[in-house]
Amino acid sequence: MSENPNRPLAALQTLVRSQFFWGIVAILVLLLLNVIRDPGYLGVRVNPNTGNLSGNVIDILRAAAPILMIAVGMVLVIATSGIDLSVGSVMAVSGAVSMELLRALNGPNSVGVTIVTVLAALAVSTLLGLLNGVLVAYVGLQPFITTLVMMLAGRGLAKVITNGQNTTGKSESFSWIANGTVVGLPVIFLLAVIVVVLVALIVRRTALGLMIESIGINPQASRLAGIRPNGLLLTVYGASGLLAGIAGIFVTANTMTVDVTRTGNQMELDAILAVVIGGTSLAGGKFAIGGAAVGALLIATLDKTVVFLGVPASATPAFKATVIVVLCLLQSQRVRALFRRRRAQIQAQPDSVTAVSTEAEGVVR
Amino acid sequence: MSIDTQERSLVAQSGSRIGNWFRANATTLPTYAALVLFIGMVVYGEVAYGRILQYNTVSNLLINNAHLVILAVALTFVIVTGGIDLSVGAVIAFSSVSGVMLANAGWNPYLVMLVMVVVGSLFGLASGVLIQYFNVQPFIATLAMMFLARGLASMLSTQPERLAEDSPIRSLATEWKIIDGEKVNDLMLTPNVLIAVAVVVAAFFVLHRTRLGRTVYAIGGSESSALLMGLPVVKTKLWIYVISGTLAGLAAVVYTSRLGIAQNITGIGWELDAIAATVIGGTLLTGGAGFVLGSVVGALVLGLMNVLITRDGRIPAAMTTIITGGILLIFVLLQRAVTARRR
Amino acid sequence: MTASAFTSPPVVEVKNVSITFPGVKALDTVSFRLFQGEVHTLMGENGAGKSTLIKALTGVYKIDSGAIIVAGQERNFSGTAAAQEAGISTVYQEVNLCTNLTIGENVMLGHEVRGPFGINWRRTHAAAKVALDKLGLGHLDPRAPLNSISLAMQQLVAISRAMVTKSKVLILDEPTSSLDAQEVENLFRVMRRLRDEGVAILFVSHFLDQVYAISDRLTVLRNGQLVGEYMTRDLDRSELIAKMIGKDLDALKSLGSNRAAYHRPPEAAPLLTVRGLSRKGSIDSTDLDLHHGEVVGFAGLLGSGRTELARLLYGADRADVGDLTLDGKPLHLTSASAGLANRIAFSTENRRDEGIIGDLTVRENMILAVQAKRGWFRPLSRKEQDAIVSKYMAELNVRPADPERPIRTLSGGNQQKVLLGRWLATDPKLLILDEPTRGIDVGAKAEIQERVAQLAGEGVSVVFISSELEEVVRLSERIFVLKDHRLIATIDNGADVTADTIVGIIAAEEHAA
Repeated sequence: MSENPNRPLAALQTLVRSQFFWGIVAILVLLLLNVIRDPGYLGVRVNPNTGNLSGNVIDILRAAAPILMIAVGMVLVIATSGIDLSVGSVMAVSGAVSMELLRALNGPNSVGVTIVTVLAALAVSTLLGLLNGVLVAYVGLQPFITTLVMMLAGRGLAKVITNGQNTTGKSESFSWIANGTVVGLPVIFLLAVIVVVLVALIVRRTALGLMIESIGINPQASRLAGIRPNGLLLTVYGASGLLAGIAGIFVTANTMTVDVTRTGNQMELDAILAVVIGGTSLAGGKFAIGGAAVGALLIATLDKTVVFLGVPASATPAFKATVIVVLCLLQSQRVRALFRRRRAQIQAQPDSVTAVSTEAEGVVR
Repeated sequence: MSIDTQERSLVAQSGSRIGNWFRANATTLPTYAALVLFIGMVVYGEVAYGRILQYNTVSNLLINNAHLVILAVALTFVIVTGGIDLSVGAVIAFSSVSGVMLANAGWNPYLVMLVMVVVGSLFGLASGVLIQYFNVQPFIATLAMMFLARGLASMLSTQPERLAEDSPIRSLATEWKIIDGEKVNDLMLTPNVLIAVAVVVAAFFVLHRTRLGRTVYAIGGSESSALLMGLPVVKTKLWIYVISGTLAGLAAVVYTSRLGIAQNITGIGWELDAIAATVIGGTLLTGGAGFVLGSVVGALVLGLMNVLITRDGRIPAAMTTIITGGILLIFVLLQRAVTARRR
Repeated sequence: MTASAFTSPPVVEVKNVSITFPGVKALDTVSFRLFQGEVHTLMGENGAGKSTLIKALTGVYKIDSGAIIVAGQERNFSGTAAAQEAGISTVYQEVNLCTNLTIGENVMLGHEVRGPFGINWRRTHAAAKVALDKLGLGHLDPRAPLNSISLAMQQLVAISRAMVTKSKVLILDEPTSSLDAQEVENLFRVMRRLRDEGVAILFVSHFLDQVYAISDRLTVLRNGQLVGEYMTRDLDRSELIAKMIGKDLDALKSLGSNRAAYHRPPEAAPLLTVRGLSRKGSIDSTDLDLHHGEVVGFAGLLGSGRTELARLLYGADRADVGDLTLDGKPLHLTSASAGLANRIAFSTENRRDEGIIGDLTVRENMILAVQAKRGWFRPLSRKEQDAIVSKYMAELNVRPADPERPIRTLSGGNQQKVLLGRWLATDPKLLILDEPTRGIDVGAKAEIQERVAQLAGEGVSVVFISSELEEVVRLSERIFVLKDHRLIATIDNGADVTADTIVGIIAAEEHAA
């Protein structure tokens, strides 16, 4: 890389380019807006009886939990140069299975029932994810079409499971997942953090992360180097399904109801946005779990800020979509070249044969 | 001689006469298969439920699916070049909601219809620019547009917007009795159906009789080759997304005129229907081959499937998305199997 | 060559053109002239700049300085269409046509005959037939799909496109790489006819015999710079080769034959036996043996099946039938990872698409195969990685010596060395190298060739594939000659074996068939 005699400038450059920077800056900006509206916004109260913490910041952490799950699943899938559009629907399926099972087993005070329900919901979600993985890895279908079909079919499946009803379930322990606290902090957030850390450890402490990045950057070369993509693809799509299942449990446990139309609706948008904010390119390759986590926190902050500032909530999806578009532009080669002030050649690699853009081959694989 | 080597390599490649015929007609075969499927479904429906092969069923099939036919045509253009447009359903939502609100606010209805179409074109142009100039992958760009359009529609209104009863826009859905059969069994046509037919004819003309259309197929075959052959690849790719958006806007007009209601949740899943129609009709999802007439057959297959499911009564409505998805998957798998063999 | 060639002004004049890419000056103030009615060959080693110059003329690349003058007017091509309008047509090695369309559609693409109702297909196909007829392809049915004719025919179809657009200049980039002798003769017949009609033909090829058979004049490039413009008859082969590779011809000669350094004991059991190996479209039934500590060369024209056979020996492709044994035990190569598990390694010829993982660092690229062998659950520790990386970066002299750089920032030659390090790190028993010295400067070439000889001395079995027959002859103990997807001969190397011997074998095979 370039020799940089100016150390502080180099340090600043690394900071700006880090996966966390823009996300954290944005969160701080939003919090600032809220504080301007209400100087006591950041206040955290301690309930003297239960020791529970409460306040706006705590609410943000709660809301961030499901988004953290699907963001982490999404970042792994996107790293392989794929996409999972079905996460929202899988959340709904997970919720539907949970509520239906709770209602059927009818054990509101039984922890065992909760455990069985959770396992069942996660099993179904993982199965759906693995189905995506099989179609992408072994049949070779393009991820966007596979998960698009799963997105729509999945929601249909949720409706079929509950017979079109918004089923309600009763279970103290299940509800505790979303509403309980441990040492004053919300359980839902702690669980989310544990899962994120677990995934990060598995991915970075083993060679899994390297291999995922490898097949995302260049699947043919990776194959020739002895990496077997199929198992990896199954893993990431299965993980995405599993994590979406966890997110579905988080969301449904909050209200103990599953809304087959609204649960998880458009949350794939949140997941993709979190991933992109966190610095991972939508084209695949190098990925950043920490960045995606920060992105998830940002989205939760954004959702809460919008409500707090009195902006109509219906505007947020449009706003999020615009941000995705802008980030796509910023990540694109053309704009990058503009920033580096290099004269854009039509193609830049000399030993390529006919190295023109192969957008027609725009298969995401 | 050179002819000898050519012969030898031909024989070495194909191995059999049937194989040869297969390869020569490989692109049209799936379309005929779709037609056979459609006829098969009609026969099955007539035998199982009755009252399929009659005037009012056919009329309803055409009238109720005119918008889907237009969407299928739109997707055909895009998919043949190897791209995709996931935003069509959401564009319809935004276009129709804004259109109805404008009409109810007193705007000239004909101007409103034009605006609805142009709105679609603008979304298409935005997708095209993202894809062509900023090298964003088609599915990401149109996915973002899909979220954006639906978000904007939700910003406008989350309630169903009702079009005035006397609005001239509704006139596009007036039913003309072509053949008066017994009781309700009449053959009906609406201007919307004629619009859909006109779109199909125009699309056929563009794809097979204009240089733009030939460039579309060339890009689908090999974009790098098309570029090296000096074809206007950049312009063409922009154009097809504009065409797709415009047709989505037109589909919004057709749909809203019939229903009289517009809502921000309209069109969810319609991109899947349009893609399924196109794929069933024989267009390769990877691009390079496809027929607009096939997409029409595909749209009718889906429409007929809905009729049969309703007629059957035993299958819950929520299953239709699962079934459509399943059919799409099967056809895509078939495509993969056939193209893998060819290579 | 027509008499008017030098009296009229050149139809294309390239004046002091330079093109720079990040990190490399592909063309450095190159000038050359192309006249009407001549066949002019562009010559140079891989990486000399031929491809870049052609792309500048075709409108794919923009030039950084200098001028391109076509028919007296300075042109600044905005894209490929602009170059075609200026009368320059190009046919590439891979025949860039659209295989999903028919022959006639391909010929007329972009120039279809239009009437009041859009494209008039009858007249378009008729015009296509006329263009095809001019090139002796009148027997083809324009309505037949393009992929129903052979690659050689497709190439002629591509050339007939140029006739439709009435091109003044026809550029042929390595057109003969996949053609047999008969097809080459056919192509040359067409080229001579076009030349006599006044078309200026720019021909790029590395087959010296063909170059001498067809060209009127030559331009030689080396390292992005112009060496000179010559009349073909004024330059003999050894002079030409000397100009292409420069003064380092002596350096190469001094490498001599390294075969003497090792010689397998004749009774050693083979490392790998192959019987009846075949794969549809890649290789016909093949038998061969490979021995420990032996360098075997695969020789043949491009498209003869060398890479295909190599890939089968690694597991990169799966064979349809065939029995393999490795050290006496049956070998089932179901995938590349199976090959690796059996201590076979394969270095691809296409390092950009199948070799380097661009955004990953040099270190990550180098340890990748070793890591893949170990599986995802047992990552290499930092210490282990450093050991591998420092060893091979030093041994192979990788520059710059920073393992944390993304590999795509390295030059082609250094990328190749990192890839070589990747395979050597897996400690293979059999190392298959496909075009390992392609596009590398001569110094690095010599380094790699020495390493190959060393490896054989250590007992590794090496398969060396190169389109440069001299290289194959210099390094190999035995040479397998391939042609048209078949192994047609196995020869033991000796003092009397030269590149011409191999060419002779390939040619003789043709007449026998």
